[in-house]
Amino acid sequence: MKAFAQLFLSLDETNKTNEKVKVLKDYLTCVPDSDKMHMLALFTGRKPKRVINATQIRTWANVVTGLPVWLFEESYNIVGDLAETMALLLPQNTESSSDKTLTDWMAELNTLGDKTEEERKLWLTDAWAVLDTQERFVFNKLLTGSFRVGVSQNLVIKALADITGLDAATLTHRIMGNWMPDTYSYEQLTQKGDASDDVSRPYPFFLAYPIQETSDKQKSAGELKVTLGEADEWQAEWKWDGIRAQLIKRDGQIFIWSRGEDLATEKFPELHPFLNALPDGTVIDGEILSFRDGLPLPFNVLQTRIGRKNITKKILKESPVAVIAYDCVEYNGEDIRYKTQSERRILLEGLQEATPHPEIFRISALINFANWDELAGVREQSRAMIAEGIMLKRKSAAYQVGRRRGDWWKWKIDPLSVDAVMVYAQKGHGRRADLYTDYTFAVWDGDKLVSFAKAYSGLTDAEINKVDYFVKRNTLEKFGPVRTVKPELVFEIGFEGINRSNRHKSGIALRFPRILRWRHDKPKEEADTLENLKALLGD
Amino acid sequence: MANKPLIEFTDNGIYCAQGKFYVDPWKPVDDAVITHAHSDHARWGNKRYLAHHLSREVLLYRLGDISLQTIAYGEKIIKNGVEISLYPAGHVIGSAQVRLEYKGEVWVISGDYKTEDDGVCAPFEPVKCHHFISECTFGMPVFQWKPQQQLFDDVNNWWRGNAENNIATVLVGYSLGKAQRILQNLDLSIGNVYTHGVIENTNEALRRNGVILNETHRITPETSKDEVRKGLILAPPSSVGTPWMRRFQPYSFGYCSGWMALRGAKRRRAADRGFVLSDHADWNGLISAIDATGCEKVYLTHGYTAPFARYLSEIGFDAHEVHTLFGDDEASNAPPAEGEELVAELGAAI
Repeated sequence: MKAFAQLFLSLDETNKTNEKVKVLKDYLTCVPDSDKMHMLALFTGRKPKRVINATQIRTWANVVTGLPVWLFEESYNIVGDLAETMALLLPQNTESSSDKTLTDWMAELNTLGDKTEEERKLWLTDAWAVLDTQERFVFNKLLTGSFRVGVSQNLVIKALADITGLDAATLTHRIMGNWMPDTYSYEQLTQKGDASDDVSRPYPFFLAYPIQETSDKQKSAGELKVTLGEADEWQAEWKWDGIRAQLIKRDGQIFIWSRGEDLATEKFPELHPFLNALPDGTVIDGEILSFRDGLPLPFNVLQTRIGRKNITKKILKESPVAVIAYDCVEYNGEDIRYKTQSERRILLEGLQEATPHPEIFRISALINFANWDELAGVREQSRAMIAEGIMLKRKSAAYQVGRRRGDWWKWKIDPLSVDAVMVYAQKGHGRRADLYTDYTFAVWDGDKLVSFAKAYSGLTDAEINKVDYFVKRNTLEKFGPVRTVKPELVFEIGFEGINRSNRHKSGIALRFPRILRWRHDKPKEEADTLENLKALLGD
Repeated sequence: MANKPLIEFTDNGIYCAQGKFYVDPWKPVDDAVITHAHSDHARWGNKRYLAHHLSREVLLYRLGDISLQTIAYGEKIIKNGVEISLYPAGHVIGSAQVRLEYKGEVWVISGDYKTEDDGVCAPFEPVKCHHFISECTFGMPVFQWKPQQQLFDDVNNWWRGNAENNIATVLVGYSLGKAQRILQNLDLSIGNVYTHGVIENTNEALRRNGVILNETHRITPETSKDEVRKGLILAPPSSVGTPWMRRFQPYSFGYCSGWMALRGAKRRRAADRGFVLSDHADWNGLISAIDATGCEKVYLTHGYTAPFARYLSEIGFDAHEVHTLFGDDEASNAPPAEGEELVAELGAAI
């Protein structure tokens, strides 16, 4: 555990990519194989199950500290991270006195499920007593399921590739899918030969780069031609706004993976019949969307079933889903990612034509266009199509690993935007703990301000410091961690879509709201009205 | 006891009406008693200053030609019937708590203080009083300092490692206090210590005052990058990210501050190493210091005043919040109490 805590600390202490890779390699070469697999699982988002609920952990930690509950909560507000707050508040233990490895701790953690509440409490308080502050922090992170680390999977793969001599694409593929450290060994991960030992394993997703970096810098058709070359080398499709997924049929079994590498097979029962009807050895890349009467529904309809544990009949009726297929990456049991986009497309079309469920297994239609000007015109219809814009794929492109420039581009439409007044502020977490970074915005409804959106990104660190300074000096009221702020600052808020909602006071809900810029030039009186906003509903 | 309290909190600062003087005023007044030479406590423009002997040269360096009287710890002087004396605050060299006594009523104004003996300035001394005005910059239980020996072991090991890898070491801390505390606790067998001009000016002022400090080398435009390669460079926070610092690349840069206890603050600083080293008392230090005064009432100035006052009240103290201009009420990015110091410092260095 010491090595793992040190790894976490060392990664925290550098922003340099090379240094991070070095730190990862140092760790991987000094710990036993089982620890390596635990570390890889944790660093690739395979969190341990939560065996003790967070409220209990918090309550027990509070008891050990002997502090009043309000002071414990106030400390949490300042620190912005529960695991860290507990690590700091528990009695200091500067000399670690436990030699247990990460694997040992994880094994103990996994047996807690069968223990009584009293036994769990005892185990936890004993653990805190033998760990030092840094170990305790990492340990608490594991316990509360909030383990996140500022290292991309790519860096972990790079370190692993350097050590094992295997290439990064192979390792990226092998590290995907349905494994846990007790079912997958370091030896299996690093064996020579291919990675087809697990029928559920998905391929790494190929992701597109935005063709325009920001919405301020519009790309014209002429510029596209300069960047991308001749239009006839490209295939264009709508960019759908749903859940990107990989759908697998192998050995008579089906698997649905979301892009976040969550196995979501059971969440989409409507898709099972078409998947079962596919030939074995087929993997399709596509987008899951809510559909009704052959038309896609806005994302907020799909949102109502994301995160639900049980998919009820009511949900199936109100938000039925279908797949729009983009690509075929495995055909007849063969990994066909090396084939060209056009070749894969023909195979995909063949599969779709053969399906007995064409209303569920849809295919992403190709957009006909002769030149970039024409496509720019088509792109203007995105919103009416309930699409986010256009996807461009080079006809000769292989299906690559991760986000790569060159062959796949997304050309999104400009966000909608309004000018709004900041009315509430709340402190951020992590790097932004103890700074007011999360804001609620309002527009005018007559002479009253009605809040309609929350956003916490889009400002630079320097701007955040200025807003923070303003908030601390212009607080009208405090409600727990939330402050009511004197309405004064105006921001341009961008968003991808807008829908009616009866869960919000304003009667509307936005998709992906974010701050586009701080309107220093606008007094609050000139912010937009609720009427302006509702006019964008388009119904 | 008089109806009117001996001390009032006014727009100009902490005021003793009977004695007709202020303690650390933030607007120009006739008579100012100064706890220590940081610029949010010792401001420009007062007619007469009273401070501890060891604050003398730094005050003159920072504030120019002022009318300044200095006294020793424990020495008593009387102003309009009010007895004034200074006691060590353990914050920085020359820092003092101000003890006031009038007709048997005793007030102590802490200024900034820490309870751990840093071996460089006179250690904090609890003073019995009826009324205690205390800072509480780190008045939350998440702030618990480790013994400084452990921290300096970390600092020295880090420096040694950098020197072995031929990387320069830059350590950032405030020029009065932190810089000297670090300097006196470094393992000089590793290499030389180099100083930014702003820090060296303060060192020189202290040396003029008779303070004995380890050997330092002022960095000038002629100082070569290779010369400092195995050395340790002491730099003020204002130099972070400037061309002045970048010319020493490759280097590893560490930051010394109590705020480094919080991961978020540490990541915002983006330092290679964050050392939790503060010249303010931690949570337990504050409580034990307040307790040791045996005071009837405690007034909390800059820091986490609201939660700290509430907690003290719950454990039986008569605690009150006071709004002052000694920094921000919940600052954490850069504590303005020390941050403001820089502005004045840079002005003086140019």
